[in-house]
Amino acid sequence: MSYKAKFRVWRGEGGEGRLEDFTVEVNEGEVVLDIIHRLQATQAPDLAVRWNCKAGKCGSCSMEINGRPRLGCMTRMSTFTEDETITVTPMRTFPVIKDLVTDVSFNYEKARQIPSFTPPAGVNPGEYRMEQIDVERSQEFRKCIECFMCNNVCHVIRDHEENKPGFAGPRFLMRIAELDMHPYDVADRKDAAQDEHGLGYCNITKCCTEVCPEHIKITDNALIPMKERVVDRRYDPLVWLGNKIFKRSTAKS
Amino acid sequence: MEIERHEYDVVVIGAGGAGLRAAIESRQQGKRTAIVCKSLFGKAHTVMAEGGAAAAMGNVNSSDNWMVHFRDTMRGGKFLNNWRMAELHAKEAPDRVWELEAWGALFDRTKDGKISQRNFGGHEYPRLAHVGDRTGLELIRTLQQRVVALQQEDEKLHGDAEAYIKVFQECTVTRLLKDGDAVSGAFGYWRENGRFVVFDAPAVVLATGGIGKSYVVTSNSWEYTGDGHALALLAGAKLINMEFIQFHPTGMVWPPSVRGILVTESVRGDGGVLRNSEGRRFMFDYIPDVFKDKYATTEEEGDRWYTDQANNRRPPELLPRDEVARAINAEVKAGRGSPQGGVYLDVSTRLPAAEIIKRLPSMHHQFKELADVDITQEPMQVGPTCHYIMGGVEVDADTGQACVPGLFAAGEVSGGMHGSNRLGGNSLSDLLVFGRRAGAGAAAYLDGLPSRPRSSEEAVAAAEAEALAPLRRAGENPYSVHHELQRTMNELVGIIRRSGEITEALEAVEKLKERAQGVGATGGRIYNPGWHLSLDLRNMLLVSECVAKAALLREESRGGHTRDDFPGMSAEWRRRILRCSLSGDASGVTVEEKAQPPMRDDLITLFDRAELAKYITEEELADFDALVKE
Amino acid sequence: MTQTTVDSPARRQRAQIRERTLRTDQWWRYPLVTFIIFTAFLVYATWAIFDTSYFVSPYNAPFSSPCLATSCPEEARLFGFAPFGDWYTLPPGLLILGLPAGFRFTCYYYRKAYYRGFWLSPPACAVNEPHSKYTGESRFPLILQNVHRYFFYAAIVIGLILAYDAVLALIGKPWGLGTWILVINAVFINLYTLSCHSCRHITAGRLNHFSKHPVRYRAWGFVSKLNAKHQELALISMFTVMGADLYVRLVAKGIINLPFA
Repeated sequence: MSYKAKFRVWRGEGGEGRLEDFTVEVNEGEVVLDIIHRLQATQAPDLAVRWNCKAGKCGSCSMEINGRPRLGCMTRMSTFTEDETITVTPMRTFPVIKDLVTDVSFNYEKARQIPSFTPPAGVNPGEYRMEQIDVERSQEFRKCIECFMCNNVCHVIRDHEENKPGFAGPRFLMRIAELDMHPYDVADRKDAAQDEHGLGYCNITKCCTEVCPEHIKITDNALIPMKERVVDRRYDPLVWLGNKIFKRSTAKS
Repeated sequence: MEIERHEYDVVVIGAGGAGLRAAIESRQQGKRTAIVCKSLFGKAHTVMAEGGAAAAMGNVNSSDNWMVHFRDTMRGGKFLNNWRMAELHAKEAPDRVWELEAWGALFDRTKDGKISQRNFGGHEYPRLAHVGDRTGLELIRTLQQRVVALQQEDEKLHGDAEAYIKVFQECTVTRLLKDGDAVSGAFGYWRENGRFVVFDAPAVVLATGGIGKSYVVTSNSWEYTGDGHALALLAGAKLINMEFIQFHPTGMVWPPSVRGILVTESVRGDGGVLRNSEGRRFMFDYIPDVFKDKYATTEEEGDRWYTDQANNRRPPELLPRDEVARAINAEVKAGRGSPQGGVYLDVSTRLPAAEIIKRLPSMHHQFKELADVDITQEPMQVGPTCHYIMGGVEVDADTGQACVPGLFAAGEVSGGMHGSNRLGGNSLSDLLVFGRRAGAGAAAYLDGLPSRPRSSEEAVAAAEAEALAPLRRAGENPYSVHHELQRTMNELVGIIRRSGEITEALEAVEKLKERAQGVGATGGRIYNPGWHLSLDLRNMLLVSECVAKAALLREESRGGHTRDDFPGMSAEWRRRILRCSLSGDASGVTVEEKAQPPMRDDLITLFDRAELAKYITEEELADFDALVKE
Repeated sequence: MTQTTVDSPARRQRAQIRERTLRTDQWWRYPLVTFIIFTAFLVYATWAIFDTSYFVSPYNAPFSSPCLATSCPEEARLFGFAPFGDWYTLPPGLLILGLPAGFRFTCYYYRKAYYRGFWLSPPACAVNEPHSKYTGESRFPLILQNVHRYFFYAAIVIGLILAYDAVLALIGKPWGLGTWILVINAVFINLYTLSCHSCRHITAGRLNHFSKHPVRYRAWGFVSKLNAKHQELALISMFTVMGADLYVRLVAKGIINLPFA
């Protein structure tokens, strides 16, 4: 039940490149990454693609298939018709190294800018006691496989390169939410989320959630709750007043 | 082109669980550490581990302790394990898991807020710390974030985040460099641009994982090309237990794109049954004598077990991995397999759809998304898949040091810990325990070093020439050589082995070695997968030769090594370890026998005489009796 | 293939693809449908504000409730109360419509929908937006979206008033079709209000230790379930409120003239 499919694959080194046409065999049950591998093995041995587990667990083979950010290993060929031309391009938001491989170092730089988990002093390993219901929210965010497709699809940086310095992207705003909701984290992350990591840039258009291969509700469960936490801190006059009074009273005591 | 050079105290090759834990330890001990990995930081194969990390914390059953864990590990490995490693592992695993929590890991919890632990094959008590079925991801992410935390510390202290620990990602090491006998560094290339890089470092920790890519059907990713095994061998270290490879009984066989990907053991634990093409639950035909009294002999009793475990014996689908793998293999060879060459694993007729989705969410998801199969409606097709190699670099249990000064190994690339068969859950704890020990061992080695070794320019030039060779010739496509190797190993040195077939495989490997000398890579040096594969072929071929040669010599069946022509387990062979080293002319591998040191008195007396009698010789048993009398 | 040197500027570039998007599906449908529905709603609301047939005993048209001025019939006033007195002669809807409108305008779902459908920022995922600059909600004016929770408090009150109107209708005409239309509308308006992200946050989302606040945690669980349907509830309640409002007006105008109306 195999057939010949038409593929257009973006090829080039650095940003310069073009879409190249291929006709390639497709067998039953295959995914796009299999076809890329077949191209490598038969027609273009130096066609570059990043991949690892091929089971949707490592988040390496992020690419754009017919314009949509997808994991190559999780996009079944059966979702296309046989006469359809399938266009495969690298992620658009990051610089290209070669063909489908992009330089994702932006994400690693951002990761390093988020202060790490900060437990209270004096709790030794083995002494942590946390209820399941208290860790579940952060656990959802820790399902993230770091495919960086949310950061790739987010128009804040996809369409506006100049926003990159001030915007951590959904992945790392979610990391802030994960830590802020951690029952043992004592660092204050709300001001930094707004001022340094660009939470305010997010206009909750939910593309991050749409592309997430782990089906994490990034917008509803991480970004909006984090925005609300920032509102608590900054834009809620009642809380602001309460804080003033509270601070004064603690100063007195 | 000038070669990029970096000076470090410790270079860790591999950024999976073991590599990161080693790097963290060496950095915490004040050593300047480089982590070199083939993939992006955080993508290592450790993410695939589902079940959990075995550690006798006793959170769920307080009767659990390190001695019980030690016994389970030795039993699982059929007493071939390096007992000192098994001891250290059992003793230290809880601390290593707790430490992760202090670094931000969020394990599933018990009712009283401790880390929850789950049951798993071969473990007497619930012992696996877990996060749903993505424990490996949690582990790698926690360690990754710990590295970042250390970098943030360094940034504050020194103004440079990478002053003491730096990740060189998408960088492949092709040679270890030496000064005389001792390690002096490593040579590699950046995958991204094909440039060469030399690390000058007195200590190198190998943490490169396994060798699965030498097989067609494997649960392992492309990285598993046996790099560490081969690098160690080429640097003069020895590999032990290479004949022991764990085949997980249930890998997906269809569609081809996901062939080999694991179907977790819990499918069977939750009621999934194995059937052949005739619809028969064949596992009842394959219960070995040693397990006869522990497993149900009728379907009725097996089915009752799921609801009443106290009064019924477990169904034979839950036999140890090696038994189930062999049974499936036998059914397929007898012509009773599924159309795509597996057998049927069925939960759809056993549980209501909602229950399946609740208990096996990720399996339901995996089949739905990867295979377009709804496991609540139809059976899965499964077959054995190459999963884990028990063998690896022979190291000192306490420090992780190989026989080459300055060379350390931890995790799957090291050998001994798991004997002839690894228990599920023991690999994640192995990574943490011995990753830390290797990092500490490297730090201690540096402290005792009078002067830094230097790599010779000739060695660097030789490594460069070797790496460039495939680009300089228009030869055979490396993919075809790779495919042929995979087919050879899968068919001839797979689950069931025979002397004739192994010999045939060795001849084939010899021929492939010659062909590998002639492969050529078209294209340039920038991210060129064909070139990368050409370089990996050397490693896969070397390792395959080790596996085949050791498999030919060991004339018994034990754990991950089954000889059709020697079906029994031999107490004599238990005392012998097979050790591979590079032959004198460096053209191949030689294998020699080595005596297994006897277990320490206080450890062997943890076992019953009756149990030991199944494994050890009369002579050893007499020693045991004398010991107990004292 | 040409070999680019590693450090050349081209190496730091994104893929130069001229197409705005390579999507082949009908990605433009969502923004288009959103645009049409929202525009229709705005047109209707504008008409409704200035329409005076907002009351027919015992039905109060939701867009004009509560009436706080003496210009409307006594029965239509909230608790018979008219704080604005008789100097106010403009349509009663103008006085209060700002609150539910503000609630919907700053609602996280509506923001998503109109940023996509009206402002095209972005029109759809992986489709380039037409604007050359973007600062989102990080500065004035869009930073004001953060006031959403105050509109939420107001929306609670409005929701209760609509429920109260429905109860009045139940008392006055238990088997009237209009009564049940108002009841259904009140249910959906309140469900939509409760499913709000701010509500979810206030209930318990702001806490880090659910286990220490079991009651709030259960409430959060309930709100979270509703919240997962926020978009659906937002749209359904938009149609129910529009439908109920139109129905009351048509009855008031005598266009619908049935015994059970």
